[in-house]
This record gives sequence, C-alpha cells and structure tokens, in this order.
Amino acid sequence: MTKKFNLYSSFLFLVILTLFGLSGCKSDSKKASQDVNIEDFISEDDIFDDIDKAKKIFYSLPSPLETAMLIKSAGAEYDEELLNSLENVTKYTTSRALALNLGIYTTDLSFASLFDQTQTSINYMTASKKMAEGLDISDAIDMETMTRLENNLQNRDIVMDIISETFLNSSSYLKENERQDIAAIVLVGGWIEGLYLATQLVGDNSIENNKLVDRILEQKLSFNIVQRMLDDNKEKDTGEANEEIVELISELQELKDAFDKVTIETTETQSIDTDETNVTTIKSKTKVSVTPEDFKQIQLVIDNLRTSFIQ
Amino acid sequence: MRRTYHLIALIFVLAFISFDASSQCKGFAKKICKLELIPYIHDGNYHAAILTEGEEAELYKTFYSGQSYRLAICGSDALPDIEFQVIDAYKNVLFDNTEHKKVRVWDFTLEASQQLKITVKVPVSTTQSEYPASGCVAIMFGFKENAE
Repeated sequence: MTKKFNLYSSFLFLVILTLFGLSGCKSDSKKASQDVNIEDFISEDDIFDDIDKAKKIFYSLPSPLETAMLIKSAGAEYDEELLNSLENVTKYTTSRALALNLGIYTTDLSFASLFDQTQTSINYMTASKKMAEGLDISDAIDMETMTRLENNLQNRDIVMDIISETFLNSSSYLKENERQDIAAIVLVGGWIEGLYLATQLVGDNSIENNKLVDRILEQKLSFNIVQRMLDDNKEKDTGEANEEIVELISELQELKDAFDKVTIETTETQSIDTDETNVTTIKSKTKVSVTPEDFKQIQLVIDNLRTSFIQ
Repeated sequence: MRRTYHLIALIFVLAFISFDASSQCKGFAKKICKLELIPYIHDGNYHAAILTEGEEAELYKTFYSGQSYRLAICGSDALPDIEFQVIDAYKNVLFDNTEHKKVRVWDFTLEASQQLKITVKVPVSTTQSEYPASGCVAIMFGFKENAE
C-alpha cells in the first residue's frame, strides 16, 4: 500500500511539474502556432526574417507617453481642440471602444502633460480612469494616483512617472490575465491618436524639411509591428476567431496601403561610438520620401480611423 | 476519498502557482527592474515572462532618432545573469552584454530611426541542480529627449 501510495504521489508530482511548465510557457506555444508568414515581408521587414518560432516573441509599439514625446520633440505645438472630447466618455461601453479610448485618452493625457496643461491633465487622467474601470482594471488608476497627480502637477518629471506607472499597471494587468488582445487594442488606440495629433498639427504646411512629417512617415516602421502584434491575437485560445482583432486588422488595411507609398531607406550602421557618459550613438543615414498627394492620403486615412475609434 | 483530496489539492496548487508566478513577474518588473531605468523615463510598456534556463526571447521595436534610450533587461534572483544582444536589420550586433560583464542596462541614441531586434537568453547555470531554474525576465525601455 505504501509503495502504491508513493508511486501515486510521484505521479502526482510529475503531473504538477508538467502542468506548471505548460502554464509558464502557455504564451510561447500560442505564439509559436500563430506566428506570421514572413514570406509576405521582404524589403522593409528584414529585421524579422530569421524569427524563431520556438522563442517567446514580444512586439513593442511606442506607448502613449513615448508617442506624445515624439510629437513634441518634432516641434509640434499644443492644440487642445484636437483632443478627444471628455463628453465622449459615457459613449464607450464595449471592451473594444473602452480599450481603444483608454489608449486615446492616455495619449491625450501625455500630450497635455508634456505641455504643462495641469487641469487638462487631471481631466484626462479621470477619463482614462473611467476607461480602465470599464475594462475591470480597477487598480490601474486609483484614488492614490489621482491625489499624487494633483499634488505634483507642477513637476513634469513626476507627472510623467505617474502616467508611465498607470500605463504599466493596465498593460501588465491585461497581459497577465490572458487579455493580450485588449492590451494590443489599447496600444493601437494610443498609437493612432498620436498619428492623428501629429497629422492634424502638420495641417496644410509644406512636407519638405518638416520634422513632424518625418516622424509621421517613420511610423511605417511601427506599422509592421502593429500588424504582427494583432496577428498574434487574431485567434482566441479556443481556436475561434477574435472578431474584435480581425475587424481592427481589416480597418487598418487602408493605412497599410497608404504607408506602402512611403519609401524608407536606411544605410547599414556606419559606426558605433560610445562617449564618456557611456551613451552609445548608432550612426547611420536614412531617407524618407513621399509625394504631397500620398501624404494627404495618409492624413485622410488617419482622420477617418480616429473618427471611427472615438464614435 | 484520498483521490478526491489529491485532486482538490492539485487544483489549488496549480491555481496558486499560476497566480503567484504572474503577480511576482509584474511586481518584479515594477519594483525592481524599473529602478534600473532611472534617470530615464519608463515608456510604460510591459514586457515580461517566466523563462527557464536555456530559454530565449526576442523583442522587436522601432527606435527613433533624436531620442535617448535606456534598455534594461533583468532576471529574477533564481536565474543566472541574463545575456542579451541588440541587432539591426542588417544583422549587425550593435551591443552584446556578454562583452560588457553581462550588464543589465545599455544607453544609446540613434542618428536614424530604425527597427532593432533584442535577443535575450537565460544561460544554463553552471551549478549542479536537479531541476533547471525558472524565473521572471523583464525587458524595459526608458527614454529622454535629446537636444538636437
């Protein structure tokens, strides 16, 4: 009996070990089975061409905070009229609308904060909080966060840290609760909002020697990452199609077509220098080009996408 | 009866392990790895997973000219020092931390925006152990504005 029990205990231990291993690697196996077809991407996707399906793969999009920083560093000016209206908050009830607008409001919040718009920052943090609550991410933005924000509105570094922390809270919660699809939609919403703000700020200005235009066109590089991130989530664990993601991929097709008209040529890295502060500079040259007509089309497609996202 | 007891115990243990591992990973990224980014501003993105000795991961990201970046890659105490490389589209290795005492962070800036691939490896420990070690590995990015 003892021997039989020991055997049974050993078997049980092995089952636990095996299942624990499977639990830890769940996303790996899912990623492996859903990996993208690299044959569709040759020229501008060389970075992906030796992707190893057995490995854990992460795709990283610019976060709302990074997006807002990229816009500001390109010389953009603040225009509050461009932000998604706070009156829209009550419109969003589906998980897709809540996720898209969590990204959108967080980008607007980041944009306002970078330009020291204190009251607007509080208002947009409140709007983001409502989107997060709608997605059952109750801890992402709590009362302590709001109080900390209100007490540090004059310190931009702390405000940026608070925004970064709240976004980390929501993205980590979603990813660790098997809601990677929602986390991906949040990122897409924030990324499109960044593109919307930037394209609207360019307006009818010349695209020649325009840093903001270059920033917009360079987002073609991140579009590849958007595609792969969404492809990884277009199927649920049950094997059914994830309709929200499939629909989003379809909606983004026009943007892909518009970005396909943009040419980005980057030379091979010419040198790598590390200065006395231990910062390495990767030296290469890039040439980004598009016709004025094709840039207008990018502006139009982004405007239409954003309009549909905030409805 | 014993069978039922063991089944309940099994379910409980699995639920606890799964919850505990994921929440530890989130806490590790937020409370430990994020500190490595100071004085850079964390971008807010979360990339972390439980990896086992010998396992590898890859991350793809576009980096933009005119920004200064800090990359931090951290493994929990149970794991040997994490190895990583940063590779461009031409497959040039721009940085390999095994040539720099397996440091956890790398600060860099780019003259031209480009996509880079970051490969991460949990090396197999040299110490004798019955089971390979598993633990959280986090990949985090900080940035700051460059004066151009």
